[in-house]
Amino acid sequence: MPLITYRDALNQALREEMHKDDRVFLMGEEVGVYNGAYKVSKGLLEEFGEMRVVDTPITELGFAGVGVGAAMVGLRPVVEFMTWNFALLALDQVVNAAAKMLYMSGGQYNMPIVFRGPNGAALQLSAQHSQAWESWLAHIPGLKVVAPGTPYDAKGLLKSAIRDDNPVIVLEGEMLYNLKGEVPDEEYLIPLGKAELKREGDHCSIITSGKMVLVAMQAADTLAKEGIKIDVVDLRTIRPMDVEAITTSVKKTNRAVVLEEGWEVCGIGSQIVDYIQRDCFDHLDSPVIRVHQADTPMPYAKALEKSAKPDLAKTIAAVKKVMYIEA
Amino acid sequence: MAAKKKDAGSVEAGKSNAALHTELLHSMILQRRFEEKVAEAYALGKIGGFCHLYIGQEAVGTGCISMLRDDDYVITTYRDHGQAIARGVSPRSVMAELFGRVDGCSKGKGGSMHIFDRNVNFLGGHGIVGGHVPMATGVAFAIKYRGGNQAIVCFMGEAAVNNGAFHESLNMAGLWKLPVIYVIENNKYGMGTAVERASSIKDMYKRGDTYSIANAEVDGQDVLAVRDAMSAALERARDDYQPTLLEIRTYRFMGHSMSDAVSGTYRTKAELEEYLKRDPINILEAKMKAAGEITGAQIADMEKEIGVVVQDAWDFADASPEPPLEALYEDVLVETTSG
Repeated sequence: MPLITYRDALNQALREEMHKDDRVFLMGEEVGVYNGAYKVSKGLLEEFGEMRVVDTPITELGFAGVGVGAAMVGLRPVVEFMTWNFALLALDQVVNAAAKMLYMSGGQYNMPIVFRGPNGAALQLSAQHSQAWESWLAHIPGLKVVAPGTPYDAKGLLKSAIRDDNPVIVLEGEMLYNLKGEVPDEEYLIPLGKAELKREGDHCSIITSGKMVLVAMQAADTLAKEGIKIDVVDLRTIRPMDVEAITTSVKKTNRAVVLEEGWEVCGIGSQIVDYIQRDCFDHLDSPVIRVHQADTPMPYAKALEKSAKPDLAKTIAAVKKVMYIEA
Repeated sequence: MAAKKKDAGSVEAGKSNAALHTELLHSMILQRRFEEKVAEAYALGKIGGFCHLYIGQEAVGTGCISMLRDDDYVITTYRDHGQAIARGVSPRSVMAELFGRVDGCSKGKGGSMHIFDRNVNFLGGHGIVGGHVPMATGVAFAIKYRGGNQAIVCFMGEAAVNNGAFHESLNMAGLWKLPVIYVIENNKYGMGTAVERASSIKDMYKRGDTYSIANAEVDGQDVLAVRDAMSAALERARDDYQPTLLEIRTYRFMGHSMSDAVSGTYRTKAELEEYLKRDPINILEAKMKAAGEITGAQIADMEKEIGVVVQDAWDFADASPEPPLEALYEDVLVETTSG
């Protein structure tokens, strides 16, 4: 099976879906002539022309709204945000318009639109460029939110997102774009709303998504050497969340660590822990522990940044804590 | 002697001026009487929430929308009942929506601010000031994407033009040459804030110059003047994919919403009375009478017929059931994909 990058997997998804359906177009800052700020759209302008690969001014609210309007009348826009941090300027269109159009029109206007771009921290980009927005977005009924953690998932989830007749948020990762993984030549889709058990083990569950999947897998590898077997539940889709996958795993392992990139307060992990306490109360052998970003804006200085981020060491420590193993 | 001037749009529609004017008058009186009924229903508690009336501004929506083809699009703000009716959304389904009933055009889920009707390309009333302006720009983008020659008219209040969404939209429409007609309905007040207390410039239409967009100021109490301006704008949209910005000056005869007094803290009774003299319905009636196009008796007949339609809308809405509770969870998402 070919080994390709996460970036190229996304590129393949876009190219294939644009070939398949001429209503699909890509719009955003630097997606065309520049080939994408992170080169995800490399070659697409040349292949599809400027009506279908649309370079926009720096005008997030405006072009997100252009996408919403185009979706209302039957096109299938893929709106790229250079980062989700910039998408805050467009949240009115995502939250007030795209997420609610179907409902407030009594089912008349659905929204086949994808909003995608990198989410969360990269390296030393400091406070305004290093935020993980999944809990903000997943809070909203009327949206679907996916967070692929591997090249295979990136391609399959983006293709499904483009074909979905609802607004779908795709949270990518700057630090994942160069990640290589196996992606088959033949076409495939990954269903939205379904988690994947990325690793099987019966000692402890790690429930995670997006960029943190890689950290969870590294933790599972490291702990396996000590004889600790981890169940890694990759949510793949954050909304709607595959609650059954979470509770099935926790009922098997009786212990859970919830690993997320964002902040603790009202984070995605809060919701996961709520599902666990509701459905697995009698199955738990220890309190669930969350691993997340420190409750501060992201600092620039290297050591401070490292200290703020969830990482392998913190994840391993959390697993040992729920297993009552002395560090 | 020169041939009698045909009004904008009447030639294409193969109508005499008299027939055309009668239709326009009918639409405006229908909107007026409908909304008077809405005010009555609101006072009785049959309509809840926010409710913004269009009374006084009918010539703006009627003039613009009457120039459109069936395959064109309309998108607007929360002051949307009159425009919906002008576009052909049935008074029954608008009233049922206001009553929060299952036969409402949005199944009772939207209410006054969210009138939608896919059958007539009425893309909604939207409740965030300026938020729908980028959407209109996107509809225009889609028209051009498909190589069509439709247009979209986007109504907004004058307060929206101080909002970033407006400027971002006009920049893209000017840059990409999109077939959109942005209509600023300048009724002089953004809620209770007078335009001169909110905008650095008095002439809103001039904001079009910033984005190389053709623009004009229009008398919004004269439905025929509105049609003339719209005619030129539509030509630009259909023939050249060019946007237009129209500032249509009007006045709202009622408060901002049902909870706002008609006059009081932010505008005087004397000012209101001055504008009431320029009622768009009276202006058209006077023109038609002067041209021998309609008689007082014919207007009385029209009023009678409209009275029946409006009462029928009320009765229909009142008889329509409330949405069943299971509807709460319906239409949050669709189950479909493109394949």
